[in-house]
Amino acid sequence: MLDTSRQVNELADIQNRLIFVKVGFLMLLVLLGLRLWQLQVRDGAYYQDLARDNRTRSIVLEPARGLLYDRNGELLANNIPSFQLYISLEDVQDREALITRLPHYVDIDRQEISDKLSKKGRRGRVKIKAGITLKEVAIIESHRLELPGVVIQPEYQRHYPLETFASHVLGYVGEISESQLKDPEFSDLQQGRIIGQYGVEKTYDEYLLGETGEEVIEVDALGYPKRSLSVRRPLAGDDLYLTLDIRLQRLAEDLLGEEAGAIVALDPWNGDVLALASKPGFNPNDVSGGISAKDWQRFLQDSRHPLTNRAIQGQYPPGSVFKIVMAAALLETQTLSAQESIPCHGTFPFGKRVFRDWKAGGHGQVDLTKAIAESCDVYFYKAGNQLGIEPISTYARQFGLGEKTGIALPSERSGLVPSSEWKRRVKGEPWYPGETISISIGQGFLTVTPIQMAKMVSIVATNGRVVQPRLFKASRLRRTGNLKEEPEPPIQQLAIPPKTFAHIKEGLAAVVTEGTAQRAKSDLVSIAGKTGTAQVVALKPDGDKDKNKELQKEFRDHAWFVAFAPLEHPKIAVAVLVEHMGHGGSASAPLAKTLIEAYMSFQNTPQKNPL
Amino acid sequence: MSLMNDNVNRRGLDTFDWCFLGVIIAIISAGILSIYSVTNSQATSGFPIYLKQTIWMVVGSLAFLVAAGIDYHKLARLSYLLYGIGLILLIIVLVSGKTSRGSQRWIPLGPFVVQPSEFIKVPLILTLAAYYGATSREGWVRRLFVPGLIVLPGFLLILKQPDLGSSLGFLAIFLVVVLTVGMKSKAFGFVILAALMLFPFAWGGVWGSLHGYQQDRILSFVDPTSDPGGKGYHGLQSRIAIGSGQLLGKGLHGGTQTQFKFLPEGHTDFVFAVFAEEWGFIGSVILLSLYIILFLMGLEIAFKAKDMVGVLLAVGVVAMIAFGVVVNIAMTSGLAPVVGIPLPLMSYGGSAMVVNLTALGLLLNVKRRRLSLL
Repeated sequence: MLDTSRQVNELADIQNRLIFVKVGFLMLLVLLGLRLWQLQVRDGAYYQDLARDNRTRSIVLEPARGLLYDRNGELLANNIPSFQLYISLEDVQDREALITRLPHYVDIDRQEISDKLSKKGRRGRVKIKAGITLKEVAIIESHRLELPGVVIQPEYQRHYPLETFASHVLGYVGEISESQLKDPEFSDLQQGRIIGQYGVEKTYDEYLLGETGEEVIEVDALGYPKRSLSVRRPLAGDDLYLTLDIRLQRLAEDLLGEEAGAIVALDPWNGDVLALASKPGFNPNDVSGGISAKDWQRFLQDSRHPLTNRAIQGQYPPGSVFKIVMAAALLETQTLSAQESIPCHGTFPFGKRVFRDWKAGGHGQVDLTKAIAESCDVYFYKAGNQLGIEPISTYARQFGLGEKTGIALPSERSGLVPSSEWKRRVKGEPWYPGETISISIGQGFLTVTPIQMAKMVSIVATNGRVVQPRLFKASRLRRTGNLKEEPEPPIQQLAIPPKTFAHIKEGLAAVVTEGTAQRAKSDLVSIAGKTGTAQVVALKPDGDKDKNKELQKEFRDHAWFVAFAPLEHPKIAVAVLVEHMGHGGSASAPLAKTLIEAYMSFQNTPQKNPL
Repeated sequence: MSLMNDNVNRRGLDTFDWCFLGVIIAIISAGILSIYSVTNSQATSGFPIYLKQTIWMVVGSLAFLVAAGIDYHKLARLSYLLYGIGLILLIIVLVSGKTSRGSQRWIPLGPFVVQPSEFIKVPLILTLAAYYGATSREGWVRRLFVPGLIVLPGFLLILKQPDLGSSLGFLAIFLVVVLTVGMKSKAFGFVILAALMLFPFAWGGVWGSLHGYQQDRILSFVDPTSDPGGKGYHGLQSRIAIGSGQLLGKGLHGGTQTQFKFLPEGHTDFVFAVFAEEWGFIGSVILLSLYIILFLMGLEIAFKAKDMVGVLLAVGVVAMIAFGVVVNIAMTSGLAPVVGIPLPLMSYGGSAMVVNLTALGLLLNVKRRRLSLL
């Protein structure tokens, strides 16, 4: 009873207090009413003016793109100021006159201007040309009165201080295209925005992009700014630290020189891509500054394909390098033991055909080590014939062939590991045993990319650790200024015992000490590797006599060399491919040796700005 | 018990109830009209947004009927369970929710996305009402500390998304309920209440005195989706929209700010600006009056409720909706920074519509049971 009466008392108490809640709410709503009176009645005419004359112009303030560094903090890409030409549509009085007049003052096509202006949904400012010269700026400024609506705005332009170096890794930036604008992925970006179009610029665009700011200005009837109404500052993109060591990258590209080819160097333990070179390259500064349609076409049609990243897109037969996979397959399936030796007389008859060894007289009695060291074809013809295609393709896949490595670069190719199922499906034919014999020495349908080869030799170097090659080491977040290390990629361990790898490594060491790649022998470090020669599918000469010399070169084989070093505690894994240079032992092995020696010497010199 | 329910159910709707429903329907209609005006002119593919909002209104009405029909004492008994479920959903959002514009607020559910930070508000109100209904108010531990512990996890989980607006709304419900329960003396209460009510304006004042970069830093820290500074593009275009509506407005589809897309988010957070541009000061004041009538009716229900649970339920619901209305209109009219709070019953959004109508259903629930005896 007491309890109930207390509750009733409390209730009455509380209900009396509700008056304050009521007064509070009413006060607030009356205040809002007053505010609306202020905006709509007292200042209504002013806002009506702003709305009717639409006297506000909104200007997008481009953020500075995040910078790119190598693993030691060397600058790879930054931003430099440049002038951009815009047309502010609301302020244009006679569009046709403007389109006719502007090409007199700036190097730009009439058609290009009208194309850009007439695109659907254009409103506000349209970017017409990036990177106009100081002289052009001066000319336009002196003709200001004839050109209402033309606005010149200083903005950032992407700059690659190393010019052509690492061009395929860094990529380039460019204005967002019409088709990208329609893509929901880019739905929050406006026309004129500069985004990554290739390389890590594209892959990590969301980090690098930053957020645009916006300035709203009030303009007079001629479109001249009168005052700034509001500013939202742009937020620069995050800086990225890549795994590349630019010293190694430079060296790799210099070693390739004028030849077409690719070099990939990995840290075998964590998959860090130390160098990823592809030649011929291009200068991303030429592309990023707003390239004309004509130049772009010329670029795309260049017969040497400078835009192709051979390290991840070039698909070549692995040649004898594939014998590494064959060795693992035959040891693991116990087709042959490491000690068993086979006589090699230089030929392997199969049905009506005779498969030849590269060495006419043969290699004599050959065990696994000697077969790898001297790259005996007959040994592997026999082994492959016993194995059959299925185990070979199974082991090839275990070593990462036939699938993309997943490196964070656009347009990686997967190469091809054939199987009888594949042949039935794609070619509509059964698998012929003779084809297995070609595959055994890395020819036939089998193709690989240089980065797959580097990954494969990494797996051997680390006794079966499979890592995904990575380029993104760390980022510096602009919001907080903190350095954020990327987690290392997950590691998978192959179910192949260390003993098997020991046998393979013994062979790979012998390749350099007494085998096909003695030119890779180093006094400084113990290198293990394997040569390979990728047969080129013959092209028909087109009869042009003047080009005969070049064409002949096109028939020459591609030279492979894969290696890791030091033999005991591997620190670097390398794959070198030089197109049309013949034998791996003479053309590619010396490049790998120089690269490895340089990398080992870097280990002893302190880093400038270690991460 | 069953006798009481029969007693209640047999009674039809009285004038008060009809008036209450009428006000709600009028506000929702104004919202759908504005959404129609914004989105109709913009070529959007798929199902029109104003029709979607109409469907949400129907779904919300069902929720309203359920919330009004089940005795609120039964609901109060379930409150802790419901609140717990709400917290679990908030954790799910943080772990695997849908991220949009830097904030993680939604759980995808088939073709829809659900926003748990909206849904947990009703369980919060129920829980606070149930708690104070069952506990004596002696001592600050019972009066303030324990309920504070109830509110804190929800508040922090929403703040973490980050969703500054919703987390402040969560806090506002708590503060209004606590103040209603716990004021020691009338004078003290009045001061606290006035301070709370003036908070958005005081904030605006302090805020205005900060440098731009300071504002940017604070806001980008707590809420990256917001428009830093509160005086940026969104805020400016919204003020132009409202102001240029002048006394009589520009009429349906006449709002240049809206139709030419100068005003962003016209169908969501800035729906009031759309309405004010097209219907002018007169229309805005009528709309404001509708909200005032709704709050006064809600407080009337609280005043006449027969027990503590009923009073606090009603107060909580009014606080929840009033907070949204006050902060949203303050934000669109440039009195408060743009923090991203929708206008209750008007802004487009299924979760909010269902939750607000559920809450209003609870109000009617309290009212229709006040005459029955214990």
